[in-house]
Amino acid sequence: MSSYKHWEKLEKNAVLLAVLIAIVVSFGGLAEIVPLFNDAQTVKPLPGVKPYDALRLAGRDVYVREGCYLCHSQMIRTLSFETQRYGDRSMAGESVYDRPFQWGSKRTGPDLARVGGKYSDAWQRAHLLAPREVVPRSNMPGYPWLAETKVDGDSVTARMLTLRKLGDPYTDAEIVGAAAAVLDKTELDALVAYLQGLGVRAQP
Amino acid sequence: MPTRNYDDHGIRLFLLAAAVWGVVGMSIGVLAAAQMAWPALNFDVSWLTFSRIRANHTFGVIFAFGGSALMGTCYYIVQRTGHVRLAFGKLAMFTFWGWQAACFLAMLTMPFGITQAKEYAEPEWFIDLLIAVVWVSFAVVFFGTLARRRIKHIYVANWYYGALIIAVALLHIVNNLALPVSLFKSYPIYSGAVDAMVQWWYGHNAVAFFLTAGFLGMMYYFVPRQAQQPLWSYRFSIVNFWALISVYMWAGSHHLLYTALPDWVQSVGMVFSLILLMPSVGSAANGLMTFNGSWHKLRTDPAAKFMVMALVFYAVSTFEGSMMAIKSVNSLTHYTDWTVAHVHAGAIGWVAMITIGSLYAMAPRALDRAAVHSTPAMNLHFWLHTAGLLLYVISMWTAGVTEGLMWRAQNDDGSLTYDFLSSLIAVQPYYVIRVLGGLLVLSGMVVMAWNLWHTAADARAGHIKPILIPPPEDIPEPVHDQTPPPLPERA
Repeated sequence: MSSYKHWEKLEKNAVLLAVLIAIVVSFGGLAEIVPLFNDAQTVKPLPGVKPYDALRLAGRDVYVREGCYLCHSQMIRTLSFETQRYGDRSMAGESVYDRPFQWGSKRTGPDLARVGGKYSDAWQRAHLLAPREVVPRSNMPGYPWLAETKVDGDSVTARMLTLRKLGDPYTDAEIVGAAAAVLDKTELDALVAYLQGLGVRAQP
Repeated sequence: MPTRNYDDHGIRLFLLAAAVWGVVGMSIGVLAAAQMAWPALNFDVSWLTFSRIRANHTFGVIFAFGGSALMGTCYYIVQRTGHVRLAFGKLAMFTFWGWQAACFLAMLTMPFGITQAKEYAEPEWFIDLLIAVVWVSFAVVFFGTLARRRIKHIYVANWYYGALIIAVALLHIVNNLALPVSLFKSYPIYSGAVDAMVQWWYGHNAVAFFLTAGFLGMMYYFVPRQAQQPLWSYRFSIVNFWALISVYMWAGSHHLLYTALPDWVQSVGMVFSLILLMPSVGSAANGLMTFNGSWHKLRTDPAAKFMVMALVFYAVSTFEGSMMAIKSVNSLTHYTDWTVAHVHAGAIGWVAMITIGSLYAMAPRALDRAAVHSTPAMNLHFWLHTAGLLLYVISMWTAGVTEGLMWRAQNDDGSLTYDFLSSLIAVQPYYVIRVLGGLLVLSGMVVMAWNLWHTAADARAGHIKPILIPPPEDIPEPVHDQTPPPLPERA
C-alpha cells in the first residue's frame, strides 16, 4: 500500500505524533462541553431556585464532605418507574448552584433529589445518627460526630464570598448575616436543613 | 559515550511502589466491601466510614497502584524500544518521589473529609497542583527520551504512553479548575449540568487514557515480548490507536443517560460508545492473536497466563461497556451494582492482570535475575486472582440485575411492586460473596509482593550489574513496511 508511506512519516516523528494526539483528543470535549456554557437550559436557574442560604450551604458542604453522593443520587431520570418512586423528573435548572453537582452514579440507598419534607426533622436526625435504629435492615453508616461539631460562621461567610466570585448571586445582606444564621447550629442541624430543602422550590 | 547502560533505578522503585500500593488500595477495597455487607464495620469512626474511605480505595488502586506501574513500565519501555538511556535522570527521580508524595497526601487527607467530591478526582486543589507538576515532568522525561532515541521508528507502545500523558494532562487540568476557599476547601468553577458533563468527560476518559491507553502500551510491549512473537498486525495496532483515542473522548456522556443533560449530548455519547467497540475489540484481538504459535507458553509461563486472561477481560468489559451505553440497557443497569461489576471486570480483569503479567515479565529483567523468585507462587497468584475476579463480577452482575429489575417492577395496576429497601435486602448475600472475591484478589497481591521482594534480593543488597544498551551496530533497523522485530531475549 502506497498510502501507508504517510503513516510511516508519523511513526518516525515524535513532535508530529504528540501534536496530532493533542488535536485528536480535543474534539470530543470541545463539541460536548463548550456548547453547554451557552445553553440557557443548563445554566439558568428555574423560577424559585435560589443560591443555598447559609445554613443549607453549610449542610450541603457536610453532605459533600461525608461522601453521601457515593450511595445516593440526586437525579430522577425520565423513566416512569423513577418518577413514580421519587417524584417529578430532575431538571438541569434545579442544580445550577450545585458546586460540585451531586447527581451521583450509584444507588445503594434511594435517590434524594426530592427527599425534602418526606420525613420529619426528628426522623432525619435519628436516622443520620444511627440508621438501623430507624430502618433495621439498612446498611448505611451512622454519622454520630455531626451532632458534636458546631458550624463555623467565619468559614460559611468565606465560602459564600467564594461562591459569589464564581457568579452565584448572594446579596451583601445574606453574606453579612451568614455567621448569625449558623450561630450555635451543629453540622447535623445544617445537614438536616439541606436535606429538607432538597427538591422543594420556594416559588417567588 | 558516557552512559552505556539503561537507567533502571527509578523503575525498580516504581515496581516496589506498585506492589505496596496494590496491597494498600485493595485492602481498603475489601474493608469497604465488608462495610456494605456488615455496616457495623464502620465502627461510627468518621475516618473509617465507607463514604469517606471509598475514594481511598479508588484513588489507591487507580492512581497509586496503576500510576506507579504505568510510570515504571513506561520508563522501561521507552528506553528498550529506543535503545537509549532515560533523559533527565534526576527529573525522572523527581517524578517518582513527587508521585508518591501526591498519592500519600491524597490518601492521608481524604478520610478526613478533605475532598473535592468529584469521582476519581477527589484530592483537593493543592494536591492537584502537585499532580500537575509531576505529570508535566513525566511528559518531559518521556518525550525527552523519545527525542534522543537511536531507533528511528517509534514503537507503538510509546504511542499509547504518549496519548496517556497528553490526554490525562488535559483532563486533569480542565476537570480540576476550582476556586479555593481555604487550603482544605474549594469550589469548582463549573456547576450543575455543566459540572456533570465535565466530570464524566473526565471520569470516562480517566478510564480511557489512564486505565486503557496506558495499559495498552504495556500490553503492546510485554505481550510480544512474552509470546516471543512479533505483534499479530502492526498496522492494525496503529489504526486502532487513532480510532481509540479520537472516539473515546466523545463517549463520556453515556454516564448521564436519561438525566437532565441535554438530549443531543446523551445521544452523541451513546453513538460514539457503540463505535468504540471496533478499536476495543480490535486491540484485544491483536494482543490475543500475537500468542498464535506460542499458546504452549501458557502451560509454563504464569506471566503469559495473566496477559491472556487480561486480554479476554479487556474484550469482555469493553463489549459490556458499549452495551451498557445503549439507552434502553442503561435504564436497567444505571445506579445498580452492574456498574460496579463492569468497572471491576475492567479493573481486576484487564488493568490488574495486564499489570501483574507485565510486572512479572519486567521484574527479573530490571532486577538482573534469570527469573522471578518463585514460579509456583506466580501460579498461586494467578488462580487466587482469577477465582476472586470471577466471584466478584458474577456476584455483582447478579446483584445489579436484581436491583434493576426490582426497581422497575410494576403491578398490574401500574403501582411499584417493591419498596427500595427490599432490593437492598435482596442483594445482601451477593455483598458477602463480593467480600470473599475481594479477599482472594488481595491475598494474591500479597503473594506477588512477597515474590517481588525476594526477586529483588540482589538489587536490595546493591550488587547488581547495570544493564547495557546494545552497541549501535547491533540495533536492528526495521525493514521498510515491516513490523519491528521482537527485541532479543536477554541471556
